[in-house]
Amino acid sequence: MAVVEAIDLKRTYRTSTGTLRRKWKDVEAVRGVSFGIEKGELFGLLGPNGAGKTTTIKMLITLLIPTAGTARVLGYDVVKDAREVRKRIGYVFGGERGVYERLSGWDNLRYFAELYGVPPDQQKERIESLLELVGLKGREQERTEGYSRGMKQRLHVARGLLHDPPVIFLDEPTIGLDPVGARELRGTIASLVEAGKTVLLTTHYMFEADALCDRIAVINKGEIVAHGTPGDLKRGVAEGAVVEVEVFGLPDGTVERVRELGGVRSVSVEEREQAQVLIVQTGADVELTHAILGRLNGANVGRISRREPTLEDAYVALVSSEE
Amino acid sequence: MRTLRLLAVGWYFQFKAILRSPFEGLFQVIYPLFFATVAFLMFRAGTDQKTLLYASLGAAVMGMWSATSTTAAGAMQRERWHGTLEALVASPPHFSLILLPITLAMSTVGVYCLVATLLFGRFLFGIDLTFEHPLLFVLSIVGTVISFGALGFLFAVTFVRFRAAWALGNLFEYPVWLIGGFLVPLVLLPDWVRPISWALAPTWGMNAIRESSLGGTPLPDLAICLALGAAYLTIGILVLERVLTAARKRAALSLT
Repeated sequence: MAVVEAIDLKRTYRTSTGTLRRKWKDVEAVRGVSFGIEKGELFGLLGPNGAGKTTTIKMLITLLIPTAGTARVLGYDVVKDAREVRKRIGYVFGGERGVYERLSGWDNLRYFAELYGVPPDQQKERIESLLELVGLKGREQERTEGYSRGMKQRLHVARGLLHDPPVIFLDEPTIGLDPVGARELRGTIASLVEAGKTVLLTTHYMFEADALCDRIAVINKGEIVAHGTPGDLKRGVAEGAVVEVEVFGLPDGTVERVRELGGVRSVSVEEREQAQVLIVQTGADVELTHAILGRLNGANVGRISRREPTLEDAYVALVSSEE
Repeated sequence: MRTLRLLAVGWYFQFKAILRSPFEGLFQVIYPLFFATVAFLMFRAGTDQKTLLYASLGAAVMGMWSATSTTAAGAMQRERWHGTLEALVASPPHFSLILLPITLAMSTVGVYCLVATLLFGRFLFGIDLTFEHPLLFVLSIVGTVISFGALGFLFAVTFVRFRAAWALGNLFEYPVWLIGGFLVPLVLLPDWVRPISWALAPTWGMNAIRESSLGGTPLPDLAICLALGAAYLTIGILVLERVLTAARKRAALSLT
């Protein structure tokens, strides 16, 4: 039996526009998402902003009730047995919010240790070991209002692990962390999986998903558009190639013009200081560099390169093919 | 035992967080001074020390009520702003066991307001603080704090679901000063107001505090005050699960 099961989960939000004459509109944030996570697995949920990742996680951790579909964690229904689910899961949300700023890091952890039923005689030891784990040892008596974004983020991680839960949900946990802090946290996540925990991770960083996840589901506009191991996803675009063209002042409409070329699978643009990099995924046997340059309307071009696709390219291809 | 511990630890940390708020700190300094002055100016024509104590006690409970009603109203809003409301809801205990210590912590701050108002009255205006039944006076204060906490709990339950409800809390502050008979005896109010006064625990808490200070029988008032507190709690607990389900359905927990 899967530890985490989502079966055709749907979630609709009702939003309104206007002040006096309100018009109501239903927005489908998650449109029939299904997946299962086995014990001890690290499962990645990838998708652009607004794809439905956080909504999915919030349904699984009982903060939102699904509009349709069911979800179970360790066999407990997230709607009917919410309290049983809560006892057995830990979750970490990215960002700075969610801590009591007027309390110290230690007090924050003590309060939540009590809420999560950590036995009183074990709380001190548990909190100390978690402070050590997340690198906040020595700063625990300071009020969290003085913590940096990264420190608050690490406090979130410690809080999520207080009751040693068998299932952990991590929603973009490395967001806001400096590169060293993010690498350390990835190490911590890997050690959790080694210790037998089941983890659901959402992230924007492809290399993070590639390095950590056993399986990945790519979610876009509320639907899972692909899932498999990182290798499976890469293989989906492996027979292709990626052409990167550095352009100084990309003319309007270039993306659309390049997309019209035969053999082009996806086109995206990345900002890099003064330049924009046009990233074009093509089929394996086509050479489109000249054709792409011909569609730039004479813009200044810098470096041009052709390379093998990465997991990030696989993700971009999946997400942009849905647009 | 576990439940009591949870309530006590929750109270302790929430109380600590409130004490460190500069906004609420300022409130606690200004309110007692303001209320003690108002009460003295209203009743200074009376030469009887008991009248002045009557007024001073009213002012003290006014401060206590203001501290509870305004901070309870803001409490859930603050939890939303800080993003901690979701963290509290996602934790395993019944939410009432998390919410009640928050509102009790607020009414405890009100005790400081009560004591400070009495002391300001004593030292600024020379109001004699001699209580007829000191032990019953303390008991009456404890009972009033608990029932204020329970009423704050009932307010807070509404605030979990309705974001704008914090404004309602502020709205309740002034009418209860009057309807609760804090400064003006209830007999002077129109008849139709009385049933509302009777349904409010602050009215009975005020009576109990006055009866124990000025001489009388505070225990029946205290019993009614506590019974009303228990009723608010029961209603709050019964409604809470439904309110939370509605908030989870409408995705209202993370909104600020």
